[in-house]
Amino acid sequence: MTLSISDLKVTLGGREILRGVDLDLRPGRVHGLAGESGSGKTMTGLAVLGLLPHGARATGRIALGERDLLGMSAKELNTVRGGEVAMVFQDPATSMHPMLTIGRQLTEHMRHHLGLDRKQARARAVELLGQVRIPGPEAAIDRYPHQFSGGMRQRIAIAIALACSPKVLIADEPTTALDVTVQAGVLRLLRGLCDDLGLAVLLVTHDLGVMSAVADEVSVMKEGLVVETGPRGQVLRDPLHPYTRALLDSLPGETA
Amino acid sequence: MSPTSVPSKDPEAGGNPKAVQDREGTGTASAPKAAGTAPPRAGRTGGRSPLARFLIRRVLTALLLAVGITLVTFVLTNLVPGDPVAANLGQRALGDPTIVAQWKAEHGLDKPLPQQYLLHLQGVLQGDLGTSQQSHRPVRDDLAEAVPATLELAGVAILISLVAGVAFGVIAALRRDRLSDHLLRILSLVGISVPTFWLALTAFYIFFYRLQITPGSGRIDPGMSPPPQVTGLYTIDAALAGQWDVFASAIGHLATPALVLALYTIGLLTRFTRSAVLEVLGQDYVRAARAKGLPGRVILFRYVLRSALVPIITVAGLAFGSLLSGTVLVEAIFAWPGVGQYAFKSATSLDLPAVMGVGLVVGAVYLVINLIVDVLYGVIDPRVRLS
Ligand SMILES: Nc1ncnc2c1ncn2[C@@H]1O[C@H](COP(=O)(O)OP(=O)(O)OP(=O)(O)O)[C@@H](O)[C@H]1O
Ligand SMILES: [Mg+2]
Repeated sequence: MTLSISDLKVTLGGREILRGVDLDLRPGRVHGLAGESGSGKTMTGLAVLGLLPHGARATGRIALGERDLLGMSAKELNTVRGGEVAMVFQDPATSMHPMLTIGRQLTEHMRHHLGLDRKQARARAVELLGQVRIPGPEAAIDRYPHQFSGGMRQRIAIAIALACSPKVLIADEPTTALDVTVQAGVLRLLRGLCDDLGLAVLLVTHDLGVMSAVADEVSVMKEGLVVETGPRGQVLRDPLHPYTRALLDSLPGETA
Repeated sequence: MSPTSVPSKDPEAGGNPKAVQDREGTGTASAPKAAGTAPPRAGRTGGRSPLARFLIRRVLTALLLAVGITLVTFVLTNLVPGDPVAANLGQRALGDPTIVAQWKAEHGLDKPLPQQYLLHLQGVLQGDLGTSQQSHRPVRDDLAEAVPATLELAGVAILISLVAGVAFGVIAALRRDRLSDHLLRILSLVGISVPTFWLALTAFYIFFYRLQITPGSGRIDPGMSPPPQVTGLYTIDAALAGQWDVFASAIGHLATPALVLALYTIGLLTRFTRSAVLEVLGQDYVRAARAKGLPGRVILFRYVLRSALVPIITVAGLAFGSLLSGTVLVEAIFAWPGVGQYAFKSATSLDLPAVMGVGLVVGAVYLVINLIVDVLYGVIDPRVRLS
């Protein structure tokens, strides 16, 4: 299913944070979203799931297939969240509940969305942990987040996001909080899942190196607007917008 | 420009050295253990469970502290300036050295202090707390009547406070900056700032003297006799004996002093719960739970309250302490025959065995509360019991 965002505007506290964002995510494609800090990348991701901060107002259209997510009631939106659109957050150290086993956090939304019973959900959780390459999934399922390394935690977070077989995955800087040595593994995992499962992925990242490694399309944001969008090769090789060029020039050790 | 690493179409990361590093490198100390090398459920089947080990450690610490308490109460009571002899013997007897010496010998006061402590400790271990110089009864018997009275009062008060305080705090946090939040803020401010003794006096005056809707002082109506003693808590004992009129009377007598005592702790808990819940609501994992599409009540109870309980339990433990000190005045005003009254009487008459007995009981209660709080931490938070 495609997710297409058009003319998304978000105001928060009297300030226009997003000023008309357009983005298209397609199945089996990773769409990279770059841009300086504060340009509105996270807000764009949160707007899709209706998780904007208290007091924010969003207008425009966020179409998942034929349905507009912005016009949905809270109840309808709750079936989309986790079920059809899932999200992976930046810091795996804080995005899982420290007092709940990862088994619980992997199964609770499956049981809610898919109506699985405890045993079925557990079996699927073990399978998912294997899929994201957690060693010893049977034992891992009864452990708590703090018993895993950062890289493994982010893999688990990805497993949680994938549990209900969503169509769209929004990953907000999923590797920024991780060790460089671990980043590649997590990105490769995301790429592989996107290809195997036909996910539409929005990959938010500061890192143009990451972008060039896994994204099919690239969009660049600046001050609440998408200033450039296109296939990876084109955007990263021949940036049209001066801002993208500046961003590429500032990359250490990269020759654009 | 060439990609920094070739995107692999294959999620298989097994043979890659980077993935191996991911598995074993950056993690916490327990990360290698978390890897597949550990046998399934090693933590439960191998020896004692972490929770049991945690509990045993806590209980041992508590026992050590208990000995410390006997020492502290002993030293403190002996440091009190004042002569127990003068306090206990009449003017005449004081003039007679043989009577004084005999009285001292009777109460072990002629021995050196360390020996007095050992005698005291030995007595405590045998359940002998000495004889009250005032009531001329064993301190243990006095306390056996006073302690349940206070526990019943304080227990009901802390129960009311926990239920109301946590509920109010959660409501205030969820309805932040709306009318209900402001009203609850006023209530908690009033609860925290109104002195308990003043509130007790006012409540007694208004509800008993003026409106006559609450029963007066004591634990039950004067015409009734206490229920057969099982726990010493009149409500429970009356219910066990099926004496429902006594039960109703006991509840009626409890209500006002318990509410008076609870108001302060309700205020305290409301404020702390509100800020604890607000803090948790802003956590990443709550947003992540929303992103999973979980229903609001699941997020509130499973995600938010579980985390907020840790600070709430801490404050509740402290609140129980403040509640115990509040009982001294409330018991005096409502003529509640509890530890507070007993402590006051024995302290003002320098009844040292009684004072020590009260000190021990109060110390033991604090120990138990601390133990409960610690154990609850361990039960709620796996990071505490697994570390
Ligand atoms: N809770 C909030 N309340 C008010 N303004 C906010 C809030 N969160 C973010 N903003 C503002 O919204 C704008 C966009 O923020 P956003 O987090 O989307 O940026 P970003 O592109 O994700 O940046 P970064 O790369 O640092 O994560 C910023 O100007 C920021 O100041
Ligand atoms: Mg961001």
